[in-house]
Amino acid sequence: MEHSTQTHAGSHGDHHHHHEELGFWKKYIFSTDHKIIGIQYGLTSLLFLLFGFFLMIVMRWQLAWPGQPIPVIGGVLEKLMGAPASGGVMSSDLYNMFGAMHGTIMVFLAIVPLAFAAFGNYVVPLQIGAPDMAFPRLNMASYWVFFLGGVVMFVSFFIPGGPAQAGWTSYSPLASIVPTDGQTYWLVGMVLLITSSLLGAVNFLATIIQLRAPGMTWMRLPFFVWAQFVTGFLLLLAFPPLEAAGLMQLMDKVAGTSFFLPTGLMVSGKPADIAGGGSPLLWQHLFWFLAHPEVYVLILPAMGIVAEVIANNIRKPIWGYKPLVYSALTIGFLSFIVWAHHMYLTGMGTAISTFFQTTTIIISIPSVIILTVFFISLWGGSIRFNTPMLFVLAFLVMFGIGGLTGLPLGFSYADLYLHDSYYVIAHFHYIVAPGTIFALFAGVYYWFPKMTGRMMSEFWGKIHFWTSLIFMNLIFQPMFAQGMAGMSRRMYDGAVNYSAATNPDSLGGLSDAMIYSNRTISIAAFCLMIAQIPFIINLFYSIKGGKKAANDNPWDATTLEWQTPTPPGHGNFDVVPTVYRGPYEYSVPGHARDFTPQNMPDAIATKKA
Amino acid sequence: MDIPYTTHPREDTGLYNAKVGIWLFLASEVMLFGALFSAYILLRVGAAPGTWPMHLLNVPLGTINTLVLIISSVTVVMAWASLKMNRFDRFKIYQTVTVLCALIFLVIKSFEYYDKFTHYQVTLADGTVLDGHVVTKDTNSITLHHVKEIKPQSATNTVAAPVAAGAAATAEQGGHAADGHADDHSHGERKIMFSELAKHESGRLKMSNFGPWHNTYMAIYFTLTGLHALHVIGGALVIAYLLGPGTKMWFSDPERFTNRIEVSGLFWHFVDLVWIFLFPVLYLL
Repeated sequence: MEHSTQTHAGSHGDHHHHHEELGFWKKYIFSTDHKIIGIQYGLTSLLFLLFGFFLMIVMRWQLAWPGQPIPVIGGVLEKLMGAPASGGVMSSDLYNMFGAMHGTIMVFLAIVPLAFAAFGNYVVPLQIGAPDMAFPRLNMASYWVFFLGGVVMFVSFFIPGGPAQAGWTSYSPLASIVPTDGQTYWLVGMVLLITSSLLGAVNFLATIIQLRAPGMTWMRLPFFVWAQFVTGFLLLLAFPPLEAAGLMQLMDKVAGTSFFLPTGLMVSGKPADIAGGGSPLLWQHLFWFLAHPEVYVLILPAMGIVAEVIANNIRKPIWGYKPLVYSALTIGFLSFIVWAHHMYLTGMGTAISTFFQTTTIIISIPSVIILTVFFISLWGGSIRFNTPMLFVLAFLVMFGIGGLTGLPLGFSYADLYLHDSYYVIAHFHYIVAPGTIFALFAGVYYWFPKMTGRMMSEFWGKIHFWTSLIFMNLIFQPMFAQGMAGMSRRMYDGAVNYSAATNPDSLGGLSDAMIYSNRTISIAAFCLMIAQIPFIINLFYSIKGGKKAANDNPWDATTLEWQTPTPPGHGNFDVVPTVYRGPYEYSVPGHARDFTPQNMPDAIATKKA
Repeated sequence: MDIPYTTHPREDTGLYNAKVGIWLFLASEVMLFGALFSAYILLRVGAAPGTWPMHLLNVPLGTINTLVLIISSVTVVMAWASLKMNRFDRFKIYQTVTVLCALIFLVIKSFEYYDKFTHYQVTLADGTVLDGHVVTKDTNSITLHHVKEIKPQSATNTVAAPVAAGAAATAEQGGHAADGHADDHSHGERKIMFSELAKHESGRLKMSNFGPWHNTYMAIYFTLTGLHALHVIGGALVIAYLLGPGTKMWFSDPERFTNRIEVSGLFWHFVDLVWIFLFPVLYLL
């Protein structure tokens, strides 16, 4: 840009010539255009989503048929991973590795970059009427730091000893005393990923604060922008403590410090050769100080997408826009003071537990308000049941299940029993998998025409939706029962060792039905994998072969991203848009059409066609 | 469309983009250092009574470094003010002083680090702890000077008794800081054969310098000051760039250049501010 202002000193505003000059590398790889960066984030994180899913598929085989060689890929795994996969069988070490990396990859490399960075990058500047992000080069830097972090995580699978295996939470001292280098790679990868999201968060916040188009006041922002705004603050303020914790654990790993290693630590029956004096609880506090706000980082952008798709498909304004915004802000604030509800079992004391139990239950109020606003919005709408809307409607129910089943975990006495069981797995997967991921699918189907100028196939979209919905529930619903029956989430043999069949003389063994449901769950998971094939084909085929979108605004939407050329060029808008109204003015009485774009003045809106 | 407010402030916020960006970034930095300070508090509160080492650092050097950074904070403002008054020559002088201050700070800091890496503590087979700076070290002996000798005594032992082998050094270290039983042979040199030394259960000699591995205090000291030093280096590089090749923007877009100096100055103030907290917490308390 500086270059262009020097060469075209006299001709302000004419940058078509300038962006024609960009070669392939500058335009698609090292691009500073927020839309290209958004798509880069999107594709990278979709790949990681698939990879994280693949890890779980392999683990599901082991849980259902413990000790049996993994079909088809067992041999490949043995070649790639060596001893932990010898004979094509998943060893306990390999199970731990895949488990730890499944969580890490899904949270930090798939969902967050997809929900925040990909959709945020593509949509936010368009929705607020900005030409780009506030700091385009910083934006490029955050993508490439993210990419590097992903590479470090991925490479760690192929080092001797394999990747991190102490769970995605990497609790010390366990994580610090595993003798392999996987944890070091994990920590370096995390520091890179955290740096990337910090740069991204600064950029998003500055963009939303500074680059709103004239007339785009705070209460005229589409809810998606609000959701990204709160998410940005969560990332900005919650991630640094984990970066600090990561640095300290890295020091424990490579410099021999004892930040998280207590005095008197025994490793394999011998006193560890360390100075001691550290605090394992310190790691948990710092980790969950990030990781609880992180849950809202996962869900808020999804809620933002839901608001956009719902408003567009009920053809009337969202009921209660302001409560929605205030609830999101309240969630953002409260999410910083609930973290220790992950730590009821650590013996930190009943007084502290009671405090965190109280805040945890309070934070469910704004979440319920948001869900209620969406449900009431449906009332009396003439709903269009297209693919994005189906995913969003399913989100409402699935997120409802996930949210309500979280309440028993928020109460410290109930959590004592349910902690670390399959119940917890079922609870947060209901929020993140059929919750957030469904909303992200809705986002892909909804904004695809803006990105490419073509529609994705409705038929295959509906197949994708119904099969995914059924199999998601077949996977996660039985886990509630397994968890309440007492099945721990960390058993690599599917808890066979704790079954009533293996221990006929002891009380409380897991029943045959609980053990057997491991198989139904696994089969459902394999089917879920097959159900994603239509989506993948649909996504890539439609780029060139999809039905052409009727116009720049095929969904008849009101928000600014649909008032641009398709796909938007460098700089997004031909002229600076002026905003005259709120984000969801559908079916306004007296207006000519059932949607009134934000940048349409009243004089034109009321004119009969 | 060009990106607006890169140079001129937006009316309703009163800020240009980069200033919003740097303030947000500094907010995250507060959380980063805040987490480390919290770790310091938790480790210190959680340490066994009387075992937290104190007064290990050189307060005069720390004071000088504090002054050096305060001076640099002043010059960085003067540099920005000079640009506002269109005095490019003065800007160059002030920013040169800033960069020099950064260098002086780092040089003093590296002397302090060096002192810690050559500061050894060894435990003899009879439990006596010797504490001093290394003169020479070879494969079977170490020579220390300014040796302090701490005889094993009951008060220290009650602290050390329930403690596993690896942690004894911390307790003994605390003993020497807390009680008056240390003999100070300040000027003598003393050669210690490795065969005289006690061993950890792992077979490693009970000999350690005051690196980050020595105890949790040294760990948090090196982590905090190391991270701070990285910030000093980063800030100094940016300021040096804007003093060297970056100055060409002054001739094409002086207002934007002045903004850059302001933004880098804000970061520099933050780096100084962190030190203002680090100095009392690590050196004095």
